[in-house]
Amino acid sequence: MPASGRASRWGLRGFALGYLALLLMIPLGMIFYRAFEHIGPAFESITTPDALHAFYLTILVAAIAIPLNTIFGVGCALLLVRTNFRGKALINAIIDLPFAISPVVIGLALLLVYSRTGWFGGWLDDNGFQVAFALPGIVLATIFVTLPFVVREVVPVLHEIGDEQEQAARTLGANWWQTFWRVTLPAIRWGVSYGVVIATARALGEFGAVAVISGRIAGQTQTATIWIAQAFGNFDQPGAYLGAVVLALLAVSILVAMNLFKRKEAT
Amino acid sequence: MSSAVADTSSAAPPRPASWPRLGGAAFGRGLVVAYLSIIVLIPIAALVAQSTDGGWSSFWNAISNPEAWWALKWTVIASLIVVVINVFAGTVIAWVLVRDRFPGKAGLNGVIDLPFALPTVVAGITLLALYGPGSPLGIHAAFTKVAVVMALLFVTLPFVVRAVQPVLMELDLEMEEAAASLGASRFTTFRRIILPSLMPAILSGSALAFARAIGEFGSLVLFAGFIPFKTEVMSGLIYQGIGSGNLTGAAAQSVILLVIALVVLLIFGRLTKWSLRHAG
Amino acid sequence: MSIIVENASKNFGDFVAVDDVSLTVPDGSLTALLGPSGSGKSTLLRIIAGLESPDSGRIMIQGTDATAVPAQKRDVGFVFQHYAAFKHMTVHNNVAFGLRIRKREKAEIDQRVNELLALVHLDGLAERYPSQLSGGQRQRMALARALAVEPKVLLLDEPFGALDAQVRKELRAWLRRLHDEVHVTTIFVTHDQEEAMEVAEQIVVMNTGKVEQTGPPRELYEHPKSEFVMSFVGSVNRLGSLFVRPHDVEILQQPEPGADEAMIEHMVHLGFEVRVELVLAQGESLWAQITQNEAEQLELEKGQIVYVRPSRARVFDREGLSTDGHPTTEELQAA
Repeated sequence: MPASGRASRWGLRGFALGYLALLLMIPLGMIFYRAFEHIGPAFESITTPDALHAFYLTILVAAIAIPLNTIFGVGCALLLVRTNFRGKALINAIIDLPFAISPVVIGLALLLVYSRTGWFGGWLDDNGFQVAFALPGIVLATIFVTLPFVVREVVPVLHEIGDEQEQAARTLGANWWQTFWRVTLPAIRWGVSYGVVIATARALGEFGAVAVISGRIAGQTQTATIWIAQAFGNFDQPGAYLGAVVLALLAVSILVAMNLFKRKEAT
Repeated sequence: MSSAVADTSSAAPPRPASWPRLGGAAFGRGLVVAYLSIIVLIPIAALVAQSTDGGWSSFWNAISNPEAWWALKWTVIASLIVVVINVFAGTVIAWVLVRDRFPGKAGLNGVIDLPFALPTVVAGITLLALYGPGSPLGIHAAFTKVAVVMALLFVTLPFVVRAVQPVLMELDLEMEEAAASLGASRFTTFRRIILPSLMPAILSGSALAFARAIGEFGSLVLFAGFIPFKTEVMSGLIYQGIGSGNLTGAAAQSVILLVIALVVLLIFGRLTKWSLRHAG
Repeated sequence: MSIIVENASKNFGDFVAVDDVSLTVPDGSLTALLGPSGSGKSTLLRIIAGLESPDSGRIMIQGTDATAVPAQKRDVGFVFQHYAAFKHMTVHNNVAFGLRIRKREKAEIDQRVNELLALVHLDGLAERYPSQLSGGQRQRMALARALAVEPKVLLLDEPFGALDAQVRKELRAWLRRLHDEVHVTTIFVTHDQEEAMEVAEQIVVMNTGKVEQTGPPRELYEHPKSEFVMSFVGSVNRLGSLFVRPHDVEILQQPEPGADEAMIEHMVHLGFEVRVELVLAQGESLWAQITQNEAEQLELEKGQIVYVRPSRARVFDREGLSTDGHPTTEELQAA
């Protein structure tokens, strides 16, 4: 390694550490401090029915949206990597779209289709299936924002393992389901896990799209993030900080899981 | 996090599909298209349709009225500022994570992904705790332009770092050693040998950061607010439009935002390809 | 008549991989598909396996038309160049895979797996993972896996291509012995003519999608029907229109009818044999293969002027096909 001036090495290191500390780490520490500073009222606030419902709703939405998106993600990845057809570039572009759209815009787009006055919303509503300002809408919004994650993680893994194992399985008499279940899926499991984990983090943290499509009705269609924002707006800062801490802790455990799966993927 | 611009439409090898025969694949394709339509395509179509609902003049007015025009300019400027800072800071951080050694480096590496995993609202709150009212540092940056930039920096942190890191790790140290043996200073080596190799990654990371920045919403709500002519970005404007029932105007502004994001991604995509050829 | 290919063709876009190929593989035989890259040999093998379908033509396997039958129902064992091991399964589970798919009893499966592992000399490694095996071991495992379901045909696609030279030699001999024991109809693809000559009972030489010649190794070597076959199977010197094997090049001390003047450029002593590289008066180079004794008797040295004459040669007509027989003296003198 070319000899580097000690000054420049310390300079770079100092900059990097300072930047991360000021932007990321110290602020994060602060919310823990603020939350526990007034732990009493914070705890009370976060255990109100509305708050509890909000956290419950967040988890419920994730529990519905993520499995759906995982099945889609794996299936779509298989389609993209193992079959040939025209229009792959188009499908790729559509899958990447959620990265380029503001969450608020996503909420608006869904509203325009699924609200009472929207394209389908009226018909769906009349048939007893309310989408906007209800759970299905929140689920749709969550699926939209988490769409790319599993696909994008599985595609490179599928490329890398190649299809020879699958061909071998076929010559040994396996049909497509047996091949998928016994050979392909085990080979991609860490890629899938990693994708699921990032998607879950995204789902738990979604705010803009849900804010638009859900109507933010307290006790009914508020998710955790929305509850936190509202609490803060209502001068219930301790509650908001504690809520933030809960989500932050969730995020950190997700980070740990991410790193674990990334390492397993590499072996 | 894998790049969003991964290419799966590579040239087909001289062997056709090894998966379910045509029937099964077509069925799968149909399912995928249906899923994408319900979730993505139809809503986007509705968005575009609504934006033109009042005709071209209404569309134009939604973007060009003073408040909207200001918000549009500020959104783009703030995002550009953030990209420039990220290029510099992100490259330095990636460099330190790859080339330097100190206790706790692995932990630091994990922290980089935090903005990916953390809810945006929480990001806003954490910045508020340190830099808002009641700040122990005595800094009151909340509801200022600086707050907007800081929030955007927070959420876009990982993009350039994670794009540059793997490239740095793969870099052939021997190239740098050759340059040194030929008399190049460290800075020259960096400028002429390392930077060109990093350029594609920096460009693609910047593109993603920019697209993320112009659409950011959650982290700004509590920390910067959406004060017209002061901190209001397009996402805030759109949100308020929806709230006040002006869906057509909001749709028009959304379409513009989307178009800007796509155009930028396209341009950066081209630039990345160009720089890959000259990456050396 | 185990396998019959009738007029099979396969294109990939504009590229013609297999061009109207017809072929018969006798029951229980050990056949090699030999040819350079792009000759279509792998594609043909995969067509027989059912991993590709031909654009036209038929594949008959043991009397039944198998053309439309998918790979999983064809009862063919396939061994890939890069092993295609199921990385996340143990050696035991790899070999047991086909049997598990067929829902056999656990006891039966275990017994068969152990039998096979013993056959391929991998007993004791059943609980290892493929990543813990060497290349040669992985390929033997792949063979055991393919044989586990008692296929009617065993197909191997450049099975030793990814292995070291030494391991390759060992596995070649080992494959021949295995075939002697197990007697399943076997076809393997290779670009290595030495490998084909050593292992196969019958060789099918392919070039640009067509079959050039089929026959036992000796016949291909001594009676090649075309330029291509003669050059590809064994070494050859080309003198004008004559094709001469190195060991058919006579070296003489004195000028004689039909012999040309040549200078020894280089001599390589390869143990029992000596390779003599010569250049003719007109500038063409060729090389001769003689024994150590012959070299000593002739007292050959580098830089020496000698006289060379082909004792046997072949001529091929404009299409590169053999006109058969030995050249006339006039043809020899004209060379």
